[in-house]
Amino acid sequence: MSLEILRAGLQTTVQDLGRFGAAHLGISASGAADSLSMRIGNLMVGNPENTTAIEMTLTGDTILFHSDAFIALAGSKFKIDLDEKPFPFWSGTYILAGQVLTIGPTLNGARCYLCVRGGLQVKKIINSASTHLTSGIGGLNGSILKKGGRIAFGNLDNMIQPIKNMENFPSTDTTTIRATKGLQWDWFDNQNRKLFFEKEYQVSTLSNRMGLRLSGQSILSSKGNEIITEGMPLGAIQIPGNGQPILSFVEHQTTGGYPKLANVISADLYKVGQLKPRDQFQFQLVEFPEAEKARLEQENYIRSLKVHCR
Amino acid sequence: MALNHTPQFVPASDQSVLVKFGEEISNEVHQQVFTFYHFILKMPIKGVINIHPAYASILFTLEQNAGLHKTLTLIKKSWKASTQMRIPEARQVKIPVLYGGEFGEDMDRVSQHTGLDPVEIIKRHQGGSYLVYFTGFSPGFPYIGGMDPSLSTPRLTTPRKQVPAGAVGIAVEQTGIYPLSSPGGWNLIGQTPIKIFDWPHPTDLRVRMGDSIKFISVTKEEFDQLKENVT
Repeated sequence: MSLEILRAGLQTTVQDLGRFGAAHLGISASGAADSLSMRIGNLMVGNPENTTAIEMTLTGDTILFHSDAFIALAGSKFKIDLDEKPFPFWSGTYILAGQVLTIGPTLNGARCYLCVRGGLQVKKIINSASTHLTSGIGGLNGSILKKGGRIAFGNLDNMIQPIKNMENFPSTDTTTIRATKGLQWDWFDNQNRKLFFEKEYQVSTLSNRMGLRLSGQSILSSKGNEIITEGMPLGAIQIPGNGQPILSFVEHQTTGGYPKLANVISADLYKVGQLKPRDQFQFQLVEFPEAEKARLEQENYIRSLKVHCR
Repeated sequence: MALNHTPQFVPASDQSVLVKFGEEISNEVHQQVFTFYHFILKMPIKGVINIHPAYASILFTLEQNAGLHKTLTLIKKSWKASTQMRIPEARQVKIPVLYGGEFGEDMDRVSQHTGLDPVEIIKRHQGGSYLVYFTGFSPGFPYIGGMDPSLSTPRLTTPRKQVPAGAVGIAVEQTGIYPLSSPGGWNLIGQTPIKIFDWPHPTDLRVRMGDSIKFISVTKEEFDQLKENVT
């Protein structure tokens, strides 16, 4: 069973939930930019959450299925047709060998996931098939998918009942992103902290899976812009010398030397994965207990979907 | 030397914890980081999925379901236990380097900046005893301390688009080796023929945290021979 890329999207990669346990070798986790959507997409076709799927960015691919398949599209809605007829979103659907799925431009956020029952059969490195573009590993030759690329799918071990009908979908509102205090919070005075949470930031076109460069209000550190290099958490908001924040994302460097003013909460990281260049949003400060509560609630939500499938 | 006083344990995000041993880059602080790092590699902590050691700290990334406070307590306990451990002995690693010529494109720049001739630069670079503080930033990249400060040279104003794997360079007061081909702004003074990082075997690092390293000058013939042996 396999699928073939007839036309490549803008930046399509093979992803799972990431490569853990190698940060001490300088290898960050990578993985789906909107992992929440990918997990739900996998559940919709009866896959375990961490099954290898396809991540599309801004514009999707045209894909020929060489065999029958049970698939679901998750994340942001893109324009999708199956043999030139509209195709459902957020729903497990059977398709036949020879059918062509055309995934066009996005209709809202940055990323859409194609999950296939049985998952993609891609070689794993350190227990993960995730593509890490900046270091050129994982996925198909460490690279984006190209025209002519062919991927086998359908390992039916560990299958579960697919989710039938879902009522609550993750919010697609990306205008507010919550953050906790960062490791160098005390490097910034009250005025700069206040400005950071009051002003809107725009996602720069230089953003990628490694990090989002934000433009807007410059933030000044009162202690300079170089710390003794330390570990970098996912979602860290770093303030370099020019005062324009950089948000570390799934392919981030494992350590970094800029002061970190704040950190996006885990429960809102999926929203970061849906931000497009030129999108505007505001940060909202929350305390650690609230951030943790939101994370555990999100996990409970996923668990409730699984209960539903049994 | 101050005995291991208790490090700070602070949440870095709702899913990560930083253990901070000090505010300086020194061998003493490194020994504390390295001892704990070594301990956790052998005795993983429940709820932790990634560790990021650095000069004076270790960052712990938690599992999606792990409680922040609960895991922070486990990390504290683990640190306490680790202090009973003997400091692991540093491995001695020799890195052969072909200095200058086509592989040391910036030798003249370093020479101009330091006022030293290439022979003296090579001598001082080889003369140092170096410590790998940690691996971080990008795959296999070793943070190496201990370069003779007289070799200090600022980074290139325009970074190169492509620096080959194995390139040995100087950036301000640091010296380093590029594990993989990548863009870079370091002054290149030579190249090692050995693979310090290899994707099929990512966990098998040639240069690791805590290693003591020596650069050994080799001739073009030796370089070619060593290169053949590794490919």
